[in-house]
Amino acid sequence: MLQIKDLHVSINGKEILKGIDLEVKAGEVHAIMGPNGSGKSTLAAALAGREMFEVNSGKVTYRGENLLELSPEDRARKGLFLGFQYPVEIPGVSIVNFMKTAINEQRKFKGLEPISASDFLRLMREKKELVGLTTSLTNRSVNEGFSGGEKKKNEIFQMAMLEPALAILDETDSGLDIDALKTVAHGVNQLRRKDNATVIITHYQRLLEYIIPDYVHVLYKGRIVKSSGKELALELEAKGYDWIKGEE
Amino acid sequence: MTNDSTLATELKRDLISLFRQNNGILETGSGRILNLYREQAFHDFDRLGIPSTKNEAYRYTPLEKYFQGNYDVELNANPFKYDIESIFKCDVPDLDTHVVLVLNGFYYNGNPAGTLPDGVAVCSLKEASLRFPDVFHKHYSHYADTSTDGLVALNTLFAQDGVFVYIPRDTVMEKPLQVINLSHSLKNLRITRRNLIVAEQNSSASIVVCDHTLCNKSYLTNSLTEVFIGENAGIAFDRLQNENSKSTQINNLFVHQLQSSRFNGNSISLHGGLIRNNFYIRQNGPDCDSNLNGLFLCDDSQHVANFVLVDHASPRGTSNQLFKGILDNDATGAFNGKILVRKDAQKIQAYQKNNNLLLSSAARMNTKPHLEIYADDVKCSHGATVGQLNTEAMFYLRSRGIGEKEARHLLMYAFANEIVSRISIPILKERIIELVEKRLRGELSLCNDCNIHCG
Repeated sequence: MLQIKDLHVSINGKEILKGIDLEVKAGEVHAIMGPNGSGKSTLAAALAGREMFEVNSGKVTYRGENLLELSPEDRARKGLFLGFQYPVEIPGVSIVNFMKTAINEQRKFKGLEPISASDFLRLMREKKELVGLTTSLTNRSVNEGFSGGEKKKNEIFQMAMLEPALAILDETDSGLDIDALKTVAHGVNQLRRKDNATVIITHYQRLLEYIIPDYVHVLYKGRIVKSSGKELALELEAKGYDWIKGEE
Repeated sequence: MTNDSTLATELKRDLISLFRQNNGILETGSGRILNLYREQAFHDFDRLGIPSTKNEAYRYTPLEKYFQGNYDVELNANPFKYDIESIFKCDVPDLDTHVVLVLNGFYYNGNPAGTLPDGVAVCSLKEASLRFPDVFHKHYSHYADTSTDGLVALNTLFAQDGVFVYIPRDTVMEKPLQVINLSHSLKNLRITRRNLIVAEQNSSASIVVCDHTLCNKSYLTNSLTEVFIGENAGIAFDRLQNENSKSTQINNLFVHQLQSSRFNGNSISLHGGLIRNNFYIRQNGPDCDSNLNGLFLCDDSQHVANFVLVDHASPRGTSNQLFKGILDNDATGAFNGKILVRKDAQKIQAYQKNNNLLLSSAARMNTKPHLEIYADDVKCSHGATVGQLNTEAMFYLRSRGIGEKEARHLLMYAFANEIVSRISIPILKERIIELVEKRLRGELSLCNDCNIHCG
């Protein structure tokens, strides 16, 4: 589904990613861990198409296409989803209007008619329940005045609404209490299918108790320095990142 | 070569000679009180002239050049040869209102009387100056000060007609009154409109004003409205300005509030060449509440300026101002808002905010919110922002598959909606939401109300 080859990315002329190689296949869950400043969020943003991140070299193939040539909206329309570490507050745009616009833009791209009002309402109801979002929340403006947990739930809700092929969840666990963490993990697990894939970016091993990854990668100073099965997360938790730093 | 000062002198000289030539026609048929104020207005205008950009309040609004055009003046109501309903259909068709049409500044005779509550009068200003001399004498030109602004003096000098609304004490007008100001002519016109609204003690009314040009001629409109709100009375005032790009519209609104009265104003400037709105709100009794919101959308070389003075002359009043603007292309805008809290006006809460979105690098916005406070126990705040669309929000929307154009539109609409959502009449709000959406998408045709399609 996704092949990253020797990806170099910089911001404001400073190189952050210094040659990333990664392959994600359909049906897999990958976890990318690493200390602060290692380049985890840069990788997520570069894959989603954030313009301030400059790709200097390397190749990213997504479902057979050159991902780096696509605009952020086209990446999304082709099934890529980024769960934001810091979801943006958008006063004046209701979640309902936001989701309806997003779904219809994606449908238009696929040559489909806009979603009917009744289908949309049914979809909203179904997905709200999945992540435990209340109606009073979805009637509000996007993320405006939401608590940290509500914002993250809203990210998973959007993911559920848009049913992406590849979801990249950037620090979705940060700032969550244990109940919110379980809800978010439950949502992600429910959405797992044979034909989609998830990349979880996290600092802590905690989330991986609830979402079991197939692979764990350690990102350090802009490179993936270690890749292994799920047991690597536990090892990291026990030994800390200094262990990786020591091995450098 | 003409320099600024000789241009100003010429403009003044032309207008004064126009007045001298036509004074007789102006006075004929106008009530005594309407004529009473002309002399003072003449002296004031002779002294003040058309405000230049050297005048601090008009610094960013170069009016003189807009007065230079070649305009005809209609000094009598044009005897209408055609049915006005055939050229104009109301833009808010389901709005259940008392409708009044004003054509080129003259109250349109063919208006259906409708069924107004007992004692309520809605008629032409000219007629009111004869029929209601007492009310007229008590209020006309009492709130509009001709001594400080040449445009107020000019309006008073040429005032003949417009709309008069009288709501007697303890009367509630359930249905809104809709005043539709139309400009339609074969030649470019200079239009003077003068309105007076008197809401006595414990009364309430909702007034909707729509300004439209029905053809592509140039109009220079000087409109002035005085609103008196008696003790414990309330007026809701929603205005929609939608005129062609060749139109220049000067609007002065003077609101005079007595004890415990309420004023809620929403001013939506959808389209126009130059729009200059002056709002003067005076809380002349304690415990008043005043809300004034404005939205302006301009592009090409349009200019919209809003000037506000909220004068807290009595204690325990509250006031709120929120003005928002979206400017594209070479458009320019100005906001100059002042909250004045006088010495004995304690326990005031007064807030003022102006937020602007610039969509192009050439668009310009000048904003000057300020406070002048002479009391010591007050809560006041003011602030202004000028910025672009939030890039974080843009990326967030695009990352969900929403195209750049649609994402921009969602954000612009969200920005504008904060004002539109404050309109209290649901059907009018829906319609204005639709118009603002169309306007932001660039789909609003200038003459979309008109069946002539001359433009």
